[in-house]
Amino acid sequence: MWDRNQMAARAAQELEDGMYVNLGIGIPTLVANYVGDKDITLQSENGMLGMGPFPFEGDEDPDLINAGKQTITELNRTAYFDSATSFAMIRGGKIAAAILGAMEVAENGDLANWMIPGKLVKGMGGAMDLVAGVGRVIVVMDHANKHGESKVLKECTLPLTGKGVVDRIITNMGVLDVVEGGLRIVECAEGVTEEELRAATEATIV
Amino acid sequence: MKKIYGSAAEALEGVLTDGMLIASGGFGLCGIPELLLQAIKENGAKDLTFASNNAGVDDFGIGILLQTKQVKKMISSYVGENAEFMRQYLSGELELEFTPQGTLAERMRAGGAGIPGFYTKTGVGTVIAEGKDVKSWNGQDYILEEGIFADLAIVKAWKADETGNLIFRKTARNFNPPAAMCGKVCIVEVEEIVPTGSLDPDNIHLPGIYVHRIIQGEHEKRIEQRTTRKREEA
Repeated sequence: MWDRNQMAARAAQELEDGMYVNLGIGIPTLVANYVGDKDITLQSENGMLGMGPFPFEGDEDPDLINAGKQTITELNRTAYFDSATSFAMIRGGKIAAAILGAMEVAENGDLANWMIPGKLVKGMGGAMDLVAGVGRVIVVMDHANKHGESKVLKECTLPLTGKGVVDRIITNMGVLDVVEGGLRIVECAEGVTEEELRAATEATIV
Repeated sequence: MKKIYGSAAEALEGVLTDGMLIASGGFGLCGIPELLLQAIKENGAKDLTFASNNAGVDDFGIGILLQTKQVKKMISSYVGENAEFMRQYLSGELELEFTPQGTLAERMRAGGAGIPGFYTKTGVGTVIAEGKDVKSWNGQDYILEEGIFADLAIVKAWKADETGNLIFRKTARNFNPPAAMCGKVCIVEVEEIVPTGSLDPDNIHLPGIYVHRIIQGEHEKRIEQRTTRKREEA
């Protein structure tokens, strides 16, 4: 089984030199630590291309934050723009990939990651725009929820963020692609057999 | 024409009324019109609808107008950081229209550009699409979203010249330009008003045609999530 950092490292393999990429909050944020020598430009949907690391203590700038509202820094390639322009490049398919977390993914590529009915409603933020617009949607999440139930389902039970939008799922147990008729196993995590991955997955595996 | 006013309260005079639809700039607490929000609180105008990506925190940003129950409805994409918001929403005192972030930005931009509606694939097949017209192009469905035509826009910029040409700073630009565009009247608060002619015309982020009133003031610019790295990591 992969831990959080191993999942992030595996997700980083999805990125190719020259890509513009949007990383979600949580494990996806860690992906930035594993891009190595690849020339990757990170987009932050609040209005920035070329997102740098956290600032040194004392250098925080309230005018410079990421989409998670964390203080960050700029790079020599950085460009700033307004929210309408930011989502024009997202909706317009200019961002090659988004890597984001999820509560549930279904075998037809449906994604649920913004709302649990009856619980605190926070909002979808930019997630619906991202999954509808970017070139490739890669989900990084634990294979099961805290009750041990599969989060990779035949059908999502929670309200959707996007319909048929997910291309690839990376979990602590392995990598799955959304294909015609269900999911295809791409890779098993270290120490996980194909039978174990199948047994832990509710969705149809073809 | 004189656009510069002495204070936020003065700039709101004759413009702010009960029941208005107000578009506000800002993302989280970054680039919010904090002086104008404070002045709206002191003014006491009520039954306000805000088109704003977020609702501030309990004691800063739009949150201060929730405390005084001046807000009737929010049009937002994310309201997670505000306990008073949740209390009022769950008790039915406050209406909420969730709008995906990019759709909200484009609804403001469209309103400002004289476009009453546009089709987008954002939200297709989700609760956001319920009751909205669906059209298909090349096998892809799109839903109809409406432009926002606000009675008033309140925005924060870094610098303005005396004619209202604006420059924003870093990610504090965010929703401010589209919010400014969609207001029938737009009031901007800046850190510095500079003499006309001192800004490079090639580097104006928002032309002064969208700006009707300008005030200058001191900004707290609160940080929501202070994240840093240690110097020895360099």
